[in-house]
Amino acid sequence: MAKKNMVAMILAGGQGSRLGLMTKQMAKPAVPFGGKYRIIDFALSNCCNSGIDTVGILTQYKPQVLNAHIGIGTPWDFDRVHGGVATLPPYMTEVGGDWYKGTANAIYQNMDFMEKYNPAYVLILSGDHIYKMDYRKMLKYHIDTKADATIAVIDVPLSEASRFGIMNTNKDGVIESFEEKPAQPKSTLASMGIYIFTYEKLKKYLIADAEDKNSDNDFGKNIIPSMLANGEKMVAYSFAGYWKDVGTVESYWEAHMDLLSADNDVKLFDTDWKIYTSTEARPSQYIGSNAKLENSIVTEGCVIHGELVNSIVFPGVYVGKNTRIENSIIMENSVIEDNVVVSKSIILENVKIESHNAIGNGKEVAVIETNKVIQSQGRME
Amino acid sequence: MIKDYMAIINLDENENDIRSLTTNRPIASIPIGSRYRVIDFMLSNIVNCGIQNVGIFSASNSRSLTDHVGTGKAWDLNRKIDGLFVFNHGLCDFVNHDSTLLKNNMEYIYRSSSENVILASSYMVCNMDLSDVVKAHEVSGADMTVVYKPTDEADSDFLNCYTLEVDEKTNRLVGVGKNVGFSKKANICMEIFLMKKEKLIELIYKSTHSLNSKSFISFIFNEMGDININTYKYDDVVLCINTISSYYRSNMKMLTPEISDKLFRSDRPIYTKIKDEPPTLYVKGCSVENSLIADGCVVKGKVKNSVIGRYVDIEDDVEIENCIILQNIRIHKGAKLSHVIIDKNVDIEEGTELKGNETFPLVIEKKNLFK
Repeated sequence: MAKKNMVAMILAGGQGSRLGLMTKQMAKPAVPFGGKYRIIDFALSNCCNSGIDTVGILTQYKPQVLNAHIGIGTPWDFDRVHGGVATLPPYMTEVGGDWYKGTANAIYQNMDFMEKYNPAYVLILSGDHIYKMDYRKMLKYHIDTKADATIAVIDVPLSEASRFGIMNTNKDGVIESFEEKPAQPKSTLASMGIYIFTYEKLKKYLIADAEDKNSDNDFGKNIIPSMLANGEKMVAYSFAGYWKDVGTVESYWEAHMDLLSADNDVKLFDTDWKIYTSTEARPSQYIGSNAKLENSIVTEGCVIHGELVNSIVFPGVYVGKNTRIENSIIMENSVIEDNVVVSKSIILENVKIESHNAIGNGKEVAVIETNKVIQSQGRME
Repeated sequence: MIKDYMAIINLDENENDIRSLTTNRPIASIPIGSRYRVIDFMLSNIVNCGIQNVGIFSASNSRSLTDHVGTGKAWDLNRKIDGLFVFNHGLCDFVNHDSTLLKNNMEYIYRSSSENVILASSYMVCNMDLSDVVKAHEVSGADMTVVYKPTDEADSDFLNCYTLEVDEKTNRLVGVGKNVGFSKKANICMEIFLMKKEKLIELIYKSTHSLNSKSFISFIFNEMGDININTYKYDDVVLCINTISSYYRSNMKMLTPEISDKLFRSDRPIYTKIKDEPPTLYVKGCSVENSLIADGCVVKGKVKNSVIGRYVDIEDDVEIENCIILQNIRIHKGAKLSHVIIDKNVDIEEGTELKGNETFPLVIEKKNLFK
């Protein structure tokens, strides 16, 4: 088998419990995002656009929606003769089997997958983040600095630094120490959860970590600190651009509001670095005679008769006459009938809001569960 | 789902009255309905009824068509068994040329395992359940079934199409004419034929030796005395794309729910090439009324009663009314367009004013990307 220079492993097994109702049916990477995508599309498209054609996706929590979305990876050009995409769930062996205990353990259990391609480098990603990044540049940096591990970092405000894993580096960008969520951060370089390892090094540390009974088998808690302790060369690769971990309902909502301008930081409308996704065949959006649209994102299969202000609607959404939707996200196939007001809400898939209703108080983000029908509050004539 | 049928789309279509849109492409790959190409409808009709073997016999100028259909992936026709086959014209003689093309590729027709054939054109845009036609054909016991659309718009639409005279009791075809637009009512031949594969092969051989027919279809009608031809009445939405004005009106008709609901159904989707465009952004200050808009656009100006394709940038103070804008177009600040068809890749400069009218929409031809 031909050798692959770099294989990507995407961690996509997390529940994302802070997203509440959104992750009731699916893992966080499968949560819809940005009008027609799912969160994992960003990591997958970054791989595809960076020329990476061999990707393992580590799944664990409710993977059905994610599996169906990824399929054989056609939208991302991963339907390959050699390489391509593989979803890697936990599995049974002759001596039993284990759930993935931590991020490092998930990769360790799939060492055979990586071995098959005998890569020089392994790229470890999270399937949870929204960003556009060229991993080729990071790999070049890894090679140029002769590093054993390269960790992508982003400069965060000092006030928020204690929410992240913080890298303390010397002036050459070599990492001297690493602190997970420090109370008194010494630097503002936050780990983005994107790592490039020289494969032979990674293998050595994964095996050692698996033998350590006291380890949490986690990259941030175990692998990185023990590599640092052993004096391996670890460098920070600074990334300047939009990067967001949509961990909570509030930050998910905020990330959508960030999209609502032509030159948004995510660069969603920049077609030089497209985000690919798997889509259904639907006609173009129809905008009716009395519709009003202001800073809103609409996509295929939508029919809009009402008013949209600062809102994002997903494919196949119907918005009735005299209905006003503001600061909201409406997911696939939901129907909002006539004379409804929706404010600061996230309406999940296949919801039906019948006429004469008011959803959301405009303060906290209201979330309406998948398949829910909210009956008309209008008077019967 | 129907079995034992293959489909042949014959693209020997009359382009005389739609030239400005077909300089670089056949009718089949003219963009229509904001995100489709003309052929998407017939191709989708074919795959939606379960047929998995489709041959496209294309006239010259097929770059745009082959680019669009590719390996047939969008229609699920990238198969090991059966799938999509595209045949281009070589340099064949002018007489009987579509028959010659069919004959030259006879091996494909022979080798296909299906017993029956649906022969169709692309320019009759509709969302048809072909399995109903198959059922009616099989019940009729006829050698052949031809589909027609009864219309009362024959004076403006379907010009130069074949018209059929049907025996109302037996549904048999008794006469054929041409629609010259003198009367409103006519039974328009949709150029969809069902027959046994053997029958098709026999007719193809005969037609290449015939001296007095211009096309394969005209040969079939010449032979009508010897063939038992059944007819199938299709009384649903059909948009005929053969003139600039019918192209314009067909796009505009898609803005009315009565028409679009018939063409775009979730149980029989129309498939097209995937372009991975981002969703469309409507910026504050824009105004959009009664329009069909594809993904990948950024809308800042005013759009009314128009059909907008993929990747169109509509800048501030632009006014677009009753227009058809195809894909990959930037309309710069302050441009005012009314009754205009803008073909692909055009840049409309700042402040440009262009005006056509209902009967004679102005066509701005496609700009080639190289300079």
